[in-house]
Amino acid sequence: MSLAGAPQGFLSPTGVEIAFLLVGLVTFGAALVTVTTRQLVHAALWLVVALGGLAVEYLLLTAEFIAWVQVLIYVGSVVVLLLFGLMLTKAPIGRSPDADSGNRWAALTVAVAAATALIWVVVDAFRATWIDLDGPAAGSTEVTGASLFQNWVLPFEALSVLLLAALVGAIVLSRKAKTDSSSPLANSRTATESSRLITKSDEDSGSPSSGPKGRGGRSERVEANKRDDRGGPAAQEGAR
Amino acid sequence: MHLVYPAVLSALLFCTGLYGVLARRNAILILMSVELMLNAVNLNLVAFDVWLSKTAEETLHSGQALTLFTIAIAAAEIGIGLAIVLAVHRDRGTADIDRLRDTAEGHESHEGSAADGTDTDAPVTGAAAEKAEATA
Amino acid sequence: MTTTALAVLVPLLPFLGAAAGLLLGRTAPGFVRPLAVLPTVAAFALAVTVAVRQGGGASVDAATELTPTGSVPIELALHIDGFAALVAVLVGLVATCVQIYSTGYLREDPRYPSYAALVSLFTSAMFLVVYSGDLIVLLVGWEVMGICSYFLVGHYWETPEARAASIKAFLVTKLGDVPFLIGLFALATDAGSFEITKILGAVAHGELQHPTVVALLLLAGVAGKSAQFPLHTWLPDAMAGPTPVSALIHAATMVAAGVYFIARLLPVFEASTAAMTVLAVMAAVTMVGSGLAALAQDDIKRVLAYSTLGQLGYMTGALAVGDRGAAVFHLLSHGAFKALLFLAAGVIIHAAGTNSLAAMSRMSNLRDRVPDAYWTMTVALLALAAIPPFSGFFSKESVLGAAEHVTAGHTEHAPGAAGWTVLVAGVLTALLTAAYAARLWLLAFRGRGDEAPDHGRQPLTMTVVLWILAVPSLALGGLAYRTLPDWFDGSALAPTLTTSVLGTGAALVGGLVTYAAWRHLTGVAARVPPGAVAAHPEGDAAQVEAEAIATHAPAYGDVASARDPADPGRLLLGPLHRHAAAGFHLDAVYQASFVRPVQAAAGLVRFLDREVVDTYVRGAAALPRWLGAAVRRAQTGNVQTYVSALLAGTVVLAVAALLVASGA
Repeated sequence: MSLAGAPQGFLSPTGVEIAFLLVGLVTFGAALVTVTTRQLVHAALWLVVALGGLAVEYLLLTAEFIAWVQVLIYVGSVVVLLLFGLMLTKAPIGRSPDADSGNRWAALTVAVAAATALIWVVVDAFRATWIDLDGPAAGSTEVTGASLFQNWVLPFEALSVLLLAALVGAIVLSRKAKTDSSSPLANSRTATESSRLITKSDEDSGSPSSGPKGRGGRSERVEANKRDDRGGPAAQEGAR
Repeated sequence: MHLVYPAVLSALLFCTGLYGVLARRNAILILMSVELMLNAVNLNLVAFDVWLSKTAEETLHSGQALTLFTIAIAAAEIGIGLAIVLAVHRDRGTADIDRLRDTAEGHESHEGSAADGTDTDAPVTGAAAEKAEATA
Repeated sequence: MTTTALAVLVPLLPFLGAAAGLLLGRTAPGFVRPLAVLPTVAAFALAVTVAVRQGGGASVDAATELTPTGSVPIELALHIDGFAALVAVLVGLVATCVQIYSTGYLREDPRYPSYAALVSLFTSAMFLVVYSGDLIVLLVGWEVMGICSYFLVGHYWETPEARAASIKAFLVTKLGDVPFLIGLFALATDAGSFEITKILGAVAHGELQHPTVVALLLLAGVAGKSAQFPLHTWLPDAMAGPTPVSALIHAATMVAAGVYFIARLLPVFEASTAAMTVLAVMAAVTMVGSGLAALAQDDIKRVLAYSTLGQLGYMTGALAVGDRGAAVFHLLSHGAFKALLFLAAGVIIHAAGTNSLAAMSRMSNLRDRVPDAYWTMTVALLALAAIPPFSGFFSKESVLGAAEHVTAGHTEHAPGAAGWTVLVAGVLTALLTAAYAARLWLLAFRGRGDEAPDHGRQPLTMTVVLWILAVPSLALGGLAYRTLPDWFDGSALAPTLTTSVLGTGAALVGGLVTYAAWRHLTGVAARVPPGAVAAHPEGDAAQVEAEAIATHAPAYGDVASARDPADPGRLLLGPLHRHAAAGFHLDAVYQASFVRPVQAAAGLVRFLDREVVDTYVRGAAALPRWLGAAVRRAQTGNVQTYVSALLAGTVVLAVAALLVASGA
């Protein structure tokens, strides 16, 4: 708004803008492939491309901390979790002809309509708005850390409670139904023991790439409870 | 940088995710599409936060803070979501969204067979659980 | 106690007995029989006391108005004159006999408590009709009597005949009761009161404006209740009820009520020559037709039912010639001997195990099995046939004498044509009556063939009452014809020579011709096998009778008649027999002229409702149903479809909101 009169325009893009556009195209294309491909595992991999592209976009927007978090959490853990999910639900490897439901034309209509409306509104509203990327980075780790622990401490701690709840919920949900109620105590003990064992073995075998990286990145800037919850879902899937 | 670029990219990603949520059959693919939508929002938040942090005198960086929160919540969501999908898969033998039609009109006719299916499944899963414990 | 108080107690006691019987019937079965018999006996005693106190003198009148009831006041009124006192005595006597008889007849019937209570209520209602001085109160008794008769006729409701007879009695008598009610209102409007004495006073002053209309309307009700042509068809069918009920209905209550009602209001009818003529024709047709029909019936009780019609015809004939003394005299004597006939018939049916005369005529020793019934029935049949010196002779002669009196030109009360009609029909009916009485006696007691089945001794309660009733059947006429005029209007009831010779001669001819025909057919009877016999020696009489009624149609092909070539009635009637057995096809006529059109109209209405009206309703429902089906298809259960619709709606709303906000 303050730079409305600046001599910038669509026909004279800066280098950052060109980079942003190219990466954006790749991101969008990867996203499109993610939602249309018939190979389920490929969808997860294309999702990695899209999320990684987004991390690059964050970097271009000078939000470096967000970019690294994006890479660590999304690419590192979420996609791994999704792959585990695919594996555990016995998703078919290769092309599956029925990846799309019969709803796709309605979905396409809705999606195109929504996109049209959104783009129209956004373009109409911010036609003459520019971001000033010069000067100090807006999202460096220092700036973000200061803001987070000065102004957002309480929501941050509340968020840790939420993550704890999610952890407990995931455990409860993925627990096997009890088949034998004659000796509940012994039964539960053996169940926890076995799940712990399986968790260990999973972490050893199943996450050579994401495990060290995610854990290291995490403990580096946030505290321990977040690591716990990130281990939570993984442990859950392992128990499954 | 022109603000329209990130905004339009965000809108496109969001609608792509929307399409995926509506059109995909496998529940895990739908979760992926949800991730796409969340990321579109994140991009929007970051872009506007950067824009506002440069124009305003004092800023709380609320956009980036919210982005972090969103990422954390997305992680929790993906954990819970996968747990639900797995529970459904274990219970029904499928993770296809459009086969879970318990609320459909005239579902009663299928209910008998479905109940039979779960009945026959129950001992199998029970046996599997016992085997898992034995191996553990 | 005053005579009024005693008279109030007379209808009240059986009513209380009925209420108590209904209440205690299940919880205290031991009280049912005393509760049935004792109030009736007490009412009979009180009725006798009232009659003695009244003594044929001035009538006892009492009235009290409980509450104002609109324009014409309705009062609880008593009006006891000689007629009322004597008829009440008859009602009490017959009801007592019937109640005592029933304790034996329905000894093992599980529904005896309700049966006895209904008989008590029936008796109470008849007492009310007899003593009432107010037409609306009379109407209450009249209708209560009707209700009780429907229930009692349908006592054996397990058999289809009883159910049909009950419904038929209801429909036919109601057909008469509706005009009766209108007639009562018209009469009260004209006379300004429902009280009988005031109405009679109004009639005497010639204040009645529409005497013919009123009389004809009332006549319809009387025809229904007293079973006069053309509304008589319910009475023969009512034989499907238990025999004591038939005795009660035919002898003292119900059918007597119509005759008694006309006798009370005779001046109203006399005010209209047309009504008197109609009454005479009605009586004549009923008399002759019923005589012929009775000659053709096979069921012993149906013979007696048709004979009741004929005797009631005598009574209405007497009323048609304006002599109510003769009518009530015949009512009294007929009540005694007809009750006796029915109760004896019940004993015979029990002993023979069948109600078919054809089957009885194949039994050689029926009269030895039931000597009481044999002797008392002989007395009653002689009274019915009007053989002197039995009571029926005197009462019937008084009727014929009254008719002859009118034909001789004393026509101040009734038209001469009515007199001739009644006289000719009466003599003819005397012949027919004697013929069917003789036929019944010969077939029932002079049968030849196998031994009758042994059903053991009849209960004492059933035989004693026969002898009680035999006394008035034998002697009432001869003893009473001199004193009764003091109780009635005062006109002489002594038999005149001409009619006596005519009537007795006709009766003798009828009896002798029947005997000759029976002798002639003696050889035929042996060749035809006997019919079905219900053999339940251990069962009570009611069970035997119910089975006999239920098996008559399957065994003989018809409820009324049997294919018995040895039947003297068949020989005497010749080609008429077929029609007479079916009651001259009057039921078929009614079926064709009323029942079928009503059924057709009902079918039409049903068609209109189902096919026409419902079509519009269904048409109106079609559009919502289609819409519902369309909406229902949206409920696929697929979450993605739901979310698609939701988001599509969101987009549309958002775009609309944007357009509105941006002023486009």
